[in-house]
Amino acid sequence: MDDAERWRDLDLLLTRAGRLVGPGFEPGPELREFLQSPDCRVLCVGAGGLGCEILKDLALSGVVHIDVIDMDTIDVSNLNRQFLFRMKDVGQPKATVAAERINARVPGVKVTPVFGRIEDQPADWYRSFSLIILGLDSLEARRYMNSVVCGFLEYDDEGQPDQSTIKPMVDGGTEGFKGHARVILPGFTPCFECTLWLFPPQTKFPLCTLAETPRSPAHCIEYAHLILWGQVRPGEEFDTDNEEHMKWVYERAAERAKQYGIQGVTFQLTQGVVKNIIPAIASTNAIISAQCVLEALKTLTCFSTGLDNYMMYVGSSGLYSLTTKYDKDPACPVCSPGVPLDVDPDATLQQFIDQLLADPSLGKHLSAPSVSYGSTNLYAHGIFEADTRPNLSRRMGDLVADDGAVLTVNDKRLRGPMRVKVRYGSAMRA
Amino acid sequence: MGPVVDPKAKRYDRQLRIWGTHGQQRLESCCICLLNCGPTGSETLKNLVLGGIASFTIVDGQKVEARDLGNNFLVSASSLGEPRAKVVTELLQELNESVSGSYVEEVPEVLIADNPEFFQSFDLVIATQMREQDMTKLDDICRATGRAKLLIVRSYGLVGYLRASLPEHRIVESKPDSQLDDMRLNQPWPELVAFAASFDLASADDVTHAHTPYVVILLQAASAWRSAHGGRLPGTSAEKAAFKASVNGMRRTADGVPLQEENFDEAAKAAFHVYGTYEIPKEVRGLLEDEAAGPRLRADSDEFWVLVAALRAFVEGEGQGTLPLEGSIPDMHATTDLYLKLQAVYREKAERDTAAVEAHVRQILGRLGRPADSISRETIKLYCRHARHLRCVRYRSLAEECSPETARGEALAAALRAGGGSGGRGGGDLGAPPCCDGALYVLLRAADRFFAQTGRYPGAPAALSPGAGASEVDPADDIPLLRQAAMQVLSDAGLGPNPRKSPDSGAGGGLGGLGGGGGAGGGSLPGTAAGAINEDLLAEVCRAGAAELHVVAAFMGGVAAQEAIKLVTRQFVPVAGTLIVNSMAATTTVLEL
Repeated sequence: MDDAERWRDLDLLLTRAGRLVGPGFEPGPELREFLQSPDCRVLCVGAGGLGCEILKDLALSGVVHIDVIDMDTIDVSNLNRQFLFRMKDVGQPKATVAAERINARVPGVKVTPVFGRIEDQPADWYRSFSLIILGLDSLEARRYMNSVVCGFLEYDDEGQPDQSTIKPMVDGGTEGFKGHARVILPGFTPCFECTLWLFPPQTKFPLCTLAETPRSPAHCIEYAHLILWGQVRPGEEFDTDNEEHMKWVYERAAERAKQYGIQGVTFQLTQGVVKNIIPAIASTNAIISAQCVLEALKTLTCFSTGLDNYMMYVGSSGLYSLTTKYDKDPACPVCSPGVPLDVDPDATLQQFIDQLLADPSLGKHLSAPSVSYGSTNLYAHGIFEADTRPNLSRRMGDLVADDGAVLTVNDKRLRGPMRVKVRYGSAMRA
Repeated sequence: MGPVVDPKAKRYDRQLRIWGTHGQQRLESCCICLLNCGPTGSETLKNLVLGGIASFTIVDGQKVEARDLGNNFLVSASSLGEPRAKVVTELLQELNESVSGSYVEEVPEVLIADNPEFFQSFDLVIATQMREQDMTKLDDICRATGRAKLLIVRSYGLVGYLRASLPEHRIVESKPDSQLDDMRLNQPWPELVAFAASFDLASADDVTHAHTPYVVILLQAASAWRSAHGGRLPGTSAEKAAFKASVNGMRRTADGVPLQEENFDEAAKAAFHVYGTYEIPKEVRGLLEDEAAGPRLRADSDEFWVLVAALRAFVEGEGQGTLPLEGSIPDMHATTDLYLKLQAVYREKAERDTAAVEAHVRQILGRLGRPADSISRETIKLYCRHARHLRCVRYRSLAEECSPETARGEALAAALRAGGGSGGRGGGDLGAPPCCDGALYVLLRAADRFFAQTGRYPGAPAALSPGAGASEVDPADDIPLLRQAAMQVLSDAGLGPNPRKSPDSGAGGGLGGLGGGGGAGGGSLPGTAAGAINEDLLAEVCRAGAAELHVVAAFMGGVAAQEAIKLVTRQFVPVAGTLIVNSMAATTTVLEL
């Protein structure tokens, strides 16, 4: 089969000069060669509603070496949109089946599955990819991936991001008819943490309402789930995937509703409330995934102008999208060159660490921080603790000579390193 | 004993939570015809098959070739040389056993020309990757069937196009994103007034005081205010502030310090319900006054218009200017008992309103000579509950849109003046001209004219010549002819250098005086309609060579499936015009032409 014939449509855009293109666009056959080469490895995080679409879109955009990671197995309720899966696959790992189906359908593509948790993969594995696309369904998972990718970012002495350490990441998300696609270039665009305020807090019912004055079916359900379960089945961890557990909660909720004269408790509602089910359809997933892969393609080849940097999408009333250029948070603990901190050069390292823990915005991320300066451990928990302990009583000005130096703080509560920029300028007294 | 869950309900659970079983039933009764199963058509249909439509029929005249393996997931390498319609049908059927599929190996244009009756057996015809001239004919054919709705979808390089066409799309459950609660605190009905008045807050114990629903608090405060202000409600901002202060003044205190009472916090936040004026939403007012519910109401009118006529009678009668009460209340801080009692007051009022509307419905049906029970009580209840959100979208035909006599030149001029799409920016460097979605609309139509004249698309090798690679044509060579075609499109709409009819006053074109030159090189002044068709866009459209990229096809396939679902389930609101998706700038624009 003739490669040029096969990729005719793609080649029209990759080999021909354009006007509305990314910076440094060089049209030619080398672009598709690059996409198809082992030098171009793309990671797809998630093999669910977005992931299946992303894999297909990547494969049919010329990318050959694709990895996909997902820790879940296939469920019947996935089948209305996760088109790579069939009824007979229920129970199998999503990543494995997804990879098999793409490999079988698209000649030449090499999708490698990882059936596992994102937290269990080494940083170097993530570092090996040219670009990472997220098809996740949780805030926490996104924050984790964000900290990993931003963790690779290094700044030069002038405070400019070192281009070679920038790992592009494209993030998509959907909910019913709504969705978003964003491009994260650490050091340039805001990272996920910079714009955490975009995601509204999850509303929880007050406990007194659940316990004393239920008014809605959801109150009855959460009472059974959050209060009664612990009382009647202590020590037993509630498992949302366990059908017996679900039925138990449903029946208790129905009893409570009847007792209070409240209508509307159904098994479907029970599942929705307890599992926090997000409605999902194939069409929105297709749209957002396509936008993500399109942006990935633009990042890799510059063949068209890129999304800068956040697109929100609403398809329930007509169709509306809005592209916004959000700004980085200059004091972002995850991606900034360093959160500035006024430090007394005469303070000891221990006092500096205490200052970190006491800081109103930084302290909440920390419990027992380790501090390093470049490649030197100033104080490290773990195997180097004994060696670095003497530094705790040493003067900061001696350990870190340069005003404006950036220290790296690590902590088991952090998902990635935090940067702190030391400012000796104004001596600080408690 | 647990609940019995239907296996289909499990499969469709995540979408049932959006459109309910009645919406799903409409999907499962829907017969769809797809024209052309390249990636755009295949992706659209894939999304609909996953959703559970009844059946589909694919019409496509091509054989699977190498090019399909580069952009279409619904073909396999082993199927090279086979009819594409057959291959896609088989692979789609694997996605959902409940859906039946069939195919016709034929070029859609031939069917449109020679066999229009073919389209009579479908509820929805999705036409992909087809040209304006054939779409105009198909639009007429579908409208004549009185059944088939038409959805036109296209992926063209980095541009997407979508347009529904049907005379009238009536929606009961438009399900807007943000819905104001129908509290009626500014004009409470007698039973609600009595309920609120029955509370003796002053002598209530602390727990009851703190658990009295805010509706009661506000109504008592409003009543007190009216007594002190000659029957009026707060009007000026000073009065509104004073009203809120009076509400806060009702809080219970201990030693002068107000107790923590959440219901009073809620009352302060909801105070606007008292002094906001009740208004029937603009769209609904339009429906109530629509001729279809008035002089044009006939025995064969759709039940929608019968209901609208009944609602109008209610508004003018029992409703005294209001629609039937929606009947539900939001959750609020209260004891279970008091909340349920308040809930019942609202529910009972809604039931009385619905009964009144029902009486009007029966009366109107009688007047029209239809059986009085031909519209069910369940249906009437649905309309009453969603009365504030009824919608009707009417679509002009493609012929009306494109014909010089009826083209909306001013709307097009406004779109061209508007520049970039929603929030996006085109152009690689700072200072480059904006990327105008309206201009892309013109350029797509121009590309079709280019094809009509040359037998190929701008920047593309001649059609139907396999093996013609990207290097065969220099896209820049096609710019002049494409520009000329674009000027012709503008001219047909009454814009541009050589308008066929005089431009509307104030139209952005405004170059009636320029004349001459055949439009080939003229009219590129910035700020003009013609100027919006700038060199960058012309060059990009030629560069694209009508490529059908999978990512763009997948995007449009998602959008088209979404729109199809809205048209079939009759929930949510479909795009009310022509959608242009600009994947260069990541913008979307809806043009109402």
